[in-house]
Amino acid sequence: MRLALAIVGLAILAALPKVLSPYHVTLVLPALAYAIALLGFNLLFGYTGLLSFGHALFVAIGGYGAAVLSGKLGLKSFEAILLISAAVAVLVSIPVGLLAVRYVKIFFGILTLAFGMLFHSFLFKFYNITGGDTGMRVLRPSLLGQPYTDLDKTSWLIGPFYYYCVVLLAILAFIMWRVVHSHFGLHLVATRENRRKSEYLGVRVRFFRLVAFAISAFYCAIGGAILAINTGQADPELAYWTHSGELVFMTVLGGFGSFIGPVVGSFSYIFLKDQLIGMTQYWRFWMGLILIILVVLFPRGISGLFERMWIRLHRSTHS
Amino acid sequence: MTAFLDVLIGGVFHAAVLFLVAAGLQLVFGVQKIVNLACGSFYALGAYFGITAVSWCIAHGMPPALFLPVLIVAGLVVGLIGPFIEALLLTVYHRDEAFQLLLTFALVLMFQDVLRFFWGADPQQLGDLVMTYGRVHMGSIQVPTYNLLVIIASILIAAGLGAFLQKTRFGRILRATAENREMSLALGVNVRWMYASVFTLGTILGTVGGALVVPTAAASLDMPVELVVEAFAVVVIGGLGSMRGALVGALIVGLMRAAAISLYSELEMLSIYLVVIAVLIARPGGLFGKPLE
Repeated sequence: MRLALAIVGLAILAALPKVLSPYHVTLVLPALAYAIALLGFNLLFGYTGLLSFGHALFVAIGGYGAAVLSGKLGLKSFEAILLISAAVAVLVSIPVGLLAVRYVKIFFGILTLAFGMLFHSFLFKFYNITGGDTGMRVLRPSLLGQPYTDLDKTSWLIGPFYYYCVVLLAILAFIMWRVVHSHFGLHLVATRENRRKSEYLGVRVRFFRLVAFAISAFYCAIGGAILAINTGQADPELAYWTHSGELVFMTVLGGFGSFIGPVVGSFSYIFLKDQLIGMTQYWRFWMGLILIILVVLFPRGISGLFERMWIRLHRSTHS
Repeated sequence: MTAFLDVLIGGVFHAAVLFLVAAGLQLVFGVQKIVNLACGSFYALGAYFGITAVSWCIAHGMPPALFLPVLIVAGLVVGLIGPFIEALLLTVYHRDEAFQLLLTFALVLMFQDVLRFFWGADPQQLGDLVMTYGRVHMGSIQVPTYNLLVIIASILIAAGLGAFLQKTRFGRILRATAENREMSLALGVNVRWMYASVFTLGTILGTVGGALVVPTAAASLDMPVELVVEAFAVVVIGGLGSMRGALVGALIVGLMRAAAISLYSELEMLSIYLVVIAVLIARPGGLFGKPLE
């Protein structure tokens, strides 16, 4: 059943460039990027119960990683760019995580926020290294050794790059599925539900949380690299705390209680935002209003809503 | 010496304003256990509304020298949105902290556009109204009198707040509620009313802070999101929920920032986050906070 749903989902994603206008396909790209980032983010938020308000830090590391590697160092291979950026994010996440996982709840949120803003002010102020508020250009990498020099930017983005990202999402989602259903994933849920009890049972709480933190950093950096290549630009806003807030928003919109929630969240968020921006310059107001309605009335997000409908449907057909 | 005095006065002025916002944040966190991301939005609202109020009064024949009381009144008046926001927060008091944070984040987004709707996207300022109060010579530097008045006003508010929390009946009940909500409820404290008034007081501290700062700096749409991280830094350094912490934290952040700007401006905010991280590592509860579990 789940496998069938996953295949249908992938088939739809693969068919989108044939159906949608190029503009809308370029909208799907950031949704794919955020879907990858949020799958990692939700391992920390949904499964481990730690709310980070600073994960834009790792998205920015991915973005700037792509910029430095492709622009400054002339590295062309996208696979190498992804791996190196994500590895840097993991390396950064270890000291940050070691400090942050000593706390839970609001202190965890504030400490991660402080680290995110630390990186933001570095990006913003050290003009010589990072380009300051103008950011850095990201050059088009080669995919699996193919430079695709005959394609212009848009047809490259909605062609090879798009399919590459869909496959990447599928692979990373599969890995995450295995992670959350492994013993490790169950340990994380156990520490979320009852820290004391799981400690008695021998779960190394901090170590597991640190590993979850590092995995989430890995996913966020990959999402960030895709985002930056899509826009051709890495700028400090990627690391700003409101961007971290957006990550949380998307996750809650999709529903942090289910595996697929973050993916649903990133797609609905991107399209909602695009629609609102098209309608009014005051889109932030309506986004805020939607978030309030979500938090007050539908805390389990879109996927939670569907789950409830599904259960009701089941009951009514059986009775 | 001149540079030192500049940093000192500039830092203390910044600290005075930060203290007001941070004190509002502390009150609300102390009693309701909610970290209000929208505190920066209240601050910006006070700033914008202050500009409008002063411009309106001057256009209607008020002597410019009276702008300070007008600003304070404007801050107080617009702070009265507090109860309405609090009514919204009512829905998440018993929910996970993630939802509380998200709800105030939603308010940040909404206020951004409310400000844009009423005042436009361009920064607004009050011109050189500050100079109607002249300057004071302090040793080798000149300081606008207005800045000193704001510092004094902030000290008075801090003292008043301290006396209010320590000496009055309401202040004692407030502290008791912060300490143990269930017990206060059992003893007949009207917690509903308490929450609404504390939140409104917190809002007013923010709006008055914003109104007071606006003659010296332009009000812009970036104000709310920029200020909130500074206010966060203050309360984390000082310790969440502690008034004394807000005071010391504000001084540390204000002076650090002023010193960093004059010494090595790239470090402006960086230095503050470094202090925040250092404090959280060395004293997780902040300088005056309660130790964590």
